[in-house]
Amino acid sequence: MKKILAGHGSGGKLMNDMISSIIKKKLGDDTIQIDDSAILNLPNSRIAFTTDSYTVTPIFFPGGDIGKLAVNGTVNDLAVMGATPLFLSCSLILEEGFDFESFEKILNSMKIEADIAKIKIVTGDTKVVPKGKGDKIYINTAGIGVFNNAPLRKDIKEGDKIIVSGTVGDHGITIMSLRNDLKFSSNLKSDCASLNDMIGTISTKYQSSIKFIRDATRGGIASVLNEICDNKKFSASIDEDAVPVQNEVKGICDLLGLDPLYIANEGKIIIVADEKDANHIVEELKKHHLGINAAVIGTIDNAYPGKVYLNTFIGGKRFLPLLIEEQLPRIC
Amino acid sequence: MNRELIKKLADHLKNRSLNREIRIMEVCGTHTAQFFKTGVKDILPKKLTLINGPGCPVCVTPNRYLDSVIEIAKKYNAIIATFGDMIKVPSSYSSLAMEKSNGMDIRIIYSPVEALDIAKANKNREVVLISVGFETTAPSEAITLLEADAKGIKNFSLMCGNKLTPPAVNAILNSDEVKIDGFIIPGHVSAIIGKSPWSFIADKYGKPGVIAGFETEDLVTGVLSLIDMIEDKNNTVKNGYTLAVKDSGNLRAMEIIDSVFDIKDTEWRGLGNIPASGLAIKKKYSLFDAEKKFPVTPSAPKEHPGCRCGDLLRGLITPPECPLFDKGCSPERAVGPCMVSSEGPCAAYYKYWRK
Repeated sequence: MKKILAGHGSGGKLMNDMISSIIKKKLGDDTIQIDDSAILNLPNSRIAFTTDSYTVTPIFFPGGDIGKLAVNGTVNDLAVMGATPLFLSCSLILEEGFDFESFEKILNSMKIEADIAKIKIVTGDTKVVPKGKGDKIYINTAGIGVFNNAPLRKDIKEGDKIIVSGTVGDHGITIMSLRNDLKFSSNLKSDCASLNDMIGTISTKYQSSIKFIRDATRGGIASVLNEICDNKKFSASIDEDAVPVQNEVKGICDLLGLDPLYIANEGKIIIVADEKDANHIVEELKKHHLGINAAVIGTIDNAYPGKVYLNTFIGGKRFLPLLIEEQLPRIC
Repeated sequence: MNRELIKKLADHLKNRSLNREIRIMEVCGTHTAQFFKTGVKDILPKKLTLINGPGCPVCVTPNRYLDSVIEIAKKYNAIIATFGDMIKVPSSYSSLAMEKSNGMDIRIIYSPVEALDIAKANKNREVVLISVGFETTAPSEAITLLEADAKGIKNFSLMCGNKLTPPAVNAILNSDEVKIDGFIIPGHVSAIIGKSPWSFIADKYGKPGVIAGFETEDLVTGVLSLIDMIEDKNNTVKNGYTLAVKDSGNLRAMEIIDSVFDIKDTEWRGLGNIPASGLAIKKKYSLFDAEKKFPVTPSAPKEHPGCRCGDLLRGLITPPECPLFDKGCSPERAVGPCMVSSEGPCAAYYKYWRK
C-alpha cells in the first residue's frame, strides 16, 4: 500500500507531485490557487473569518470522517454568525506512513462536503511529521464568509426562548463507542453536517427575532448555554423533558455516568430567539432534513443570574455548570 | 414506571407535610449525586434533611493507601491500573495525576480485567490494580484475580483497599454523634449482600431503613416509604428495590468474594479503625497481593489541616459547612477526596448546587 513518506512534506518534487496530482485534483482543481496566497474577490466588505483544527480519533466513524468534519466545523462557525461561507483553506499535517488510500478517501469527503456547503477550497499547506509524532492526519481549515444581512448577534433578554435543532450527544457518543477501550457496539451515527443551508432558511425569515446561534460542539449544549450566560444578569432555564435525546445515547450515557447535555455534537445548533417567533423558528427548522427534531428547550429568566439550570421532569432544579474538563478528549 | 405516575408521586412527596423535623442519611455516594441529578433533593419537604453518609469508597480510603501505591510504582517500576475516579484524589504528598504528568505509568481502565490485558502486553513489568470499592465491585476484582491465577499471569497483583459498608453504618450509629431518623440503604451493595446484613439498623438501634435504587422513581418512593416508617415508628428494614435486590442477595457473588478475600479490621477516613470492615486477599493468593509482594515504607501520612472530609463522611457537616468548600478546595485543586470522586458529596454539591 502506498504510504506517506517524510519526503511528501519536504518541499521537493515528491511534495509538489502529491499536491498537484492528488490534493489539488481532489479538493478543487479550478478553485485552488497554487501560490503563496489565494487572491479572492469578496462581494461585500464585511466578512466573517474563522479557523479550527481537527484531530478526531478514529479518523473514520459512522456518519463521517475527519475530512467531512474539517469542512463542516468551519462552515458552521461561519454560518452561526449569519455569514454565507465562501472560501476555505486546508492545512494538512500528515504522519509519515499514513496510507494514501485513507488519505484520498478523506480528501474526497472534504470535496463532497465543500460542494454541499457551497464553499470553495482555495489554498492550503501540507506538512509531514515523523512516524510516531502525529496520529495519521490532522487538518486545519480556515474559512471566510460574507454578511448579506447583519450578524446574528443581539442582546438577549428575559423571556427569550432557547431552541435546539435536534437530538443531542450523537457525535460524541458515536466516537466514544468506537474507541478501543470501550468494548460495546452501537448503531449510532455522528450528526456531523454543514448547517449553513438550514441556518440560511431561518435567518432570512426570522432575522429580527434571532438573538444568537452557536453550534454545540465540544462540551455540548450545556457548555454553549454557559457561554451565553457567563457574567450576564440573566440565567438559562432548561426543561429536561424538552431536550431531544436518542434512547441509545441516553442508555450509553447512563452506563458511563455521562450527561448528554455535555456531549459533543457536530450538526446541532442552539438558538436564542424572541419568544414571539420561537415556535415559528422550530416549525421552519423541522422542514429541513437536518432539523426534524428541533424543539424549544428552555427560557431565559433571571432566577440565577449567570447560571444555567435544569428543571428535571419531576420539577426539581439543579445547576448545569461548565465542566472542569472535556468528558472525552479528541472528539473533533 | 410511567413518567406521569412518577410526577404524581413526586408531587405527593413535595406536598407531604411532616409533623416534625426528620433527618435521613443516604449511605451511598451514588445516592448523594442522584438526589441532586434527578432534582429529588430540590423537592423534598422543608422539614426533611438529607445527611451524607460514608458510602463513597474513594472518599473513605485513607491517604496511606495511595501513598503506598505511589511508592510501589516508584520502587518497583510498576504500571498502575486504576479507574479514572482515583486519578485526581490527593495523597499525602502527591496524587496519581501529578505522578502521571511526571511520567509514572498509570493506565485508566473501565473494567478490572483490562489490567490483565495490560499485564499480558507488558510481561517484563509488574501491573498493580488499584482495588478500592465496596461489596459491589469486590466480585469483579475477585474474578480478575482468579483469572490471573488460572492463566498464570504472574506480573499482575491487586492493591486491596476494599471495604464493607454495614460495619461503617454500625460505627456511625454506635458513636451516637449524629441524630439520624432513618436510612436510605444502597441498592448496589444490597444487590450483592441482600437485606439481612442491614437488619442491625432496626434490631440494634431501633431505626428504619429502605433499600433504594437510583432512578427518580426509586428515590421518590424510597423517601416516601421511609417518612411513613419513621412517623409510624415502623422500625424495620424494607427492600424498596426488588427489581435488583433479592432479600438473600447474590449468593454466587458472595461465594466469589469469600473465595478470594478474608475479612479484616481496616481504617476508614474520618471513622478510624473499624472492626471486620475490610477485605484482605487470602494467604493462598498472596502472589497476587501487591501489599505483600511489594513491601514499601512510605513517609508518615498527613492530612490537610483544614480538610473536613472526615466529619462529612460521619454525617457531622454538609459540604458547604466546610471552610475550604469552594475556597481553596474545588475539583481543579482538591484538598480532600470528597471533592473529586464522582460519588463524593462535595463534588455533588459543587457541581449541582453551588450558588
